[in-house]
Amino acid sequence: METNLTINGTEQRLDLDPRTTLLDALRHHLGLTGSKKGCDHGQCGACTVMVNGRRINACLTLVCMHDGDEVTTIEGLGQPGNLSPLQEAFVNEDGFQCGYCTPGQICSATAMLKEISDGWPSHVTDDLDGKAKLTAEEISERMSGNLCRCSAYPNIVEAIRKAAGENT
Amino acid sequence: MRPFGYTRADTSESAARQAASGGTFIAGGTNLLDLMKLEVMAPEALIDINRLDLGAIEETDDGGLRIGALVSNSDLANDARIRKDWPVLSRALLAGASGQLRNKATTGGNLLQRTRCLYFYDRAMPCNKREPGAGCSAKDGFNRILAVLGTSEHCIAAHPSDMAVAMRALGAEVETLKENGSTRRLTLDNLYLLPGDRPDQETVLEPGELITAVVLPAPVDGKQTYRKVRDRASYAFALVSVAGIAKLENGRIARANLAFGGLAPKPWRNAEVEALLTGEAPSEDLFNKAADLLLAEAQGYGANDFKIPLARRTLVSVLNELTQEAQQ
Ligand SMILES: Cc1cc2nc3c(=O)[nH]c(=O)nc-3n(C[C@H](O)[C@H](O)[C@H](O)COP(=O)(O)OP(=O)(O)OC[C@H]3O[C@@H](n4cnc5c(N)ncnc54)[C@H](O)[C@@H]3O)c2cc1C
Ligand code: SF4
Ligand code: FES
Ligand code: FES
Repeated sequence: METNLTINGTEQRLDLDPRTTLLDALRHHLGLTGSKKGCDHGQCGACTVMVNGRRINACLTLVCMHDGDEVTTIEGLGQPGNLSPLQEAFVNEDGFQCGYCTPGQICSATAMLKEISDGWPSHVTDDLDGKAKLTAEEISERMSGNLCRCSAYPNIVEAIRKAAGENT
Repeated sequence: MRPFGYTRADTSESAARQAASGGTFIAGGTNLLDLMKLEVMAPEALIDINRLDLGAIEETDDGGLRIGALVSNSDLANDARIRKDWPVLSRALLAGASGQLRNKATTGGNLLQRTRCLYFYDRAMPCNKREPGAGCSAKDGFNRILAVLGTSEHCIAAHPSDMAVAMRALGAEVETLKENGSTRRLTLDNLYLLPGDRPDQETVLEPGELITAVVLPAPVDGKQTYRKVRDRASYAFALVSVAGIAKLENGRIARANLAFGGLAPKPWRNAEVEALLTGEAPSEDLFNKAADLLLAEAQGYGANDFKIPLARRTLVSVLNELTQEAQQ
């Protein structure tokens, strides 16, 4: 199925079996192996990428459903020597051990910080009308779709807080 | 995954026609693709409905809202009108799945998501929902997450949606478009079927019938809450959930809308329970009588027996919350 989409700013024309997930297209056909396959069933978040600015699980969507979309993967957020603030903070705060979940954590956190600054409430936000603060509790709830088998959670939360800065 | 044909639908009418001749709609894909990977579902053809014009939330003439079937769970939870006037719906959505999944999951797909029964997912085990007549592995198996109300000897699966529970409490209706171009409206009660002897038939929708919208009636007066009890604090399905709306007047309950998740094959509501509460002064004794009535016919299957007392405690606690704060 012919599909035209933009990945990390570059236009791509793909013609793949309709069964191909966005995750497999990235990893197997475009060589973008930063996004990881943990469960392939939407349960772990290792495959998190951003589509049109929103975080999604790349394993639970078909690439042919993304004609015209803009996809951002961990490779598009920054590269060695030119890291995004979150990538930098994960390094500085030791936000990982094996690193397998990390690309998904960072893509997820990048979109999550936008959600919170856009005023999206979460399950733990007391007031649905107010603006949520970036507390550890809010971060944990909003990042619950990203599992870490090494349980680096405390430093992941710390990295996100640092990257977001003191003013949030 | 088995091979399938794939078509991007341009109009709702053509989508309905294509689905009527052997196609299956795909919206967010977060449930369907999960099941297709396991070959629990194996559609011949997917009709991608994501390009249809069903993504708006519009106000209706009578003060309600018409939510397009493709509105994502995130956009619905974050809509300023929903947060203000239908907060139980926002709360239920925010209690479900994860940030990533809510961005993809749609209003129509959420309503029609399939059970999380472990045997439904496991093709090595008999399951009447997957294969009518094969038998139910859950009745004498790992059934901790399954239903205690509305079940049959053929299937004890629970409906997993949080959103649908809040919609049931709010009296929402589903709008559909059939293959022949006709439309209809269904209450959630009428949309879902109980398992009986055909647990594979989950709704009254006909082949090709497309959900186009969910219509919320005007805001229900009263305090609203969604309480979800689960094994983890986040990113887990409900063991028991309660969507509650209650209004007190002169120290008495003027109205109570209560819907339940995790307990039954569909979002559950019991008009007799609401009638028992209405007109009465709130008390622990009254709330326990409501729970007695709700659970009079509840049946556990071993591992899920705990849901019966858990449902009682959750209901009593929710009623306390809804009536106490309103009194202040
Ligand atoms: C790990 C995980 C955790 C989850 N946790 C929760 C949770 O805690 N609470 C909860 O409520 N849900 C939870 N979910 C389920 C999630 O909410 C559903 O997968 C989602 O809502 C389905 O919506 P969709 O648009 O992706 O549906 P799809 O997968 O696209 O479709 C589902 C079904 O609906 C049909 N369909 C879709 N749209 C229409 C339409 N407009 N008209 C007619 N038929 C249609 C499809 O043909 C298909 O049969 C979880 C899912 C996962 C993977
Ligand atoms: S409870 Fe229903 S879905 Fe689960 S095994 Fe039995 S028939 Fe299948
Ligand atoms: S690989 Fe996609 S969520 Fe686990
Ligand atoms: S760092 Fe190893 S899984 Fe998270």
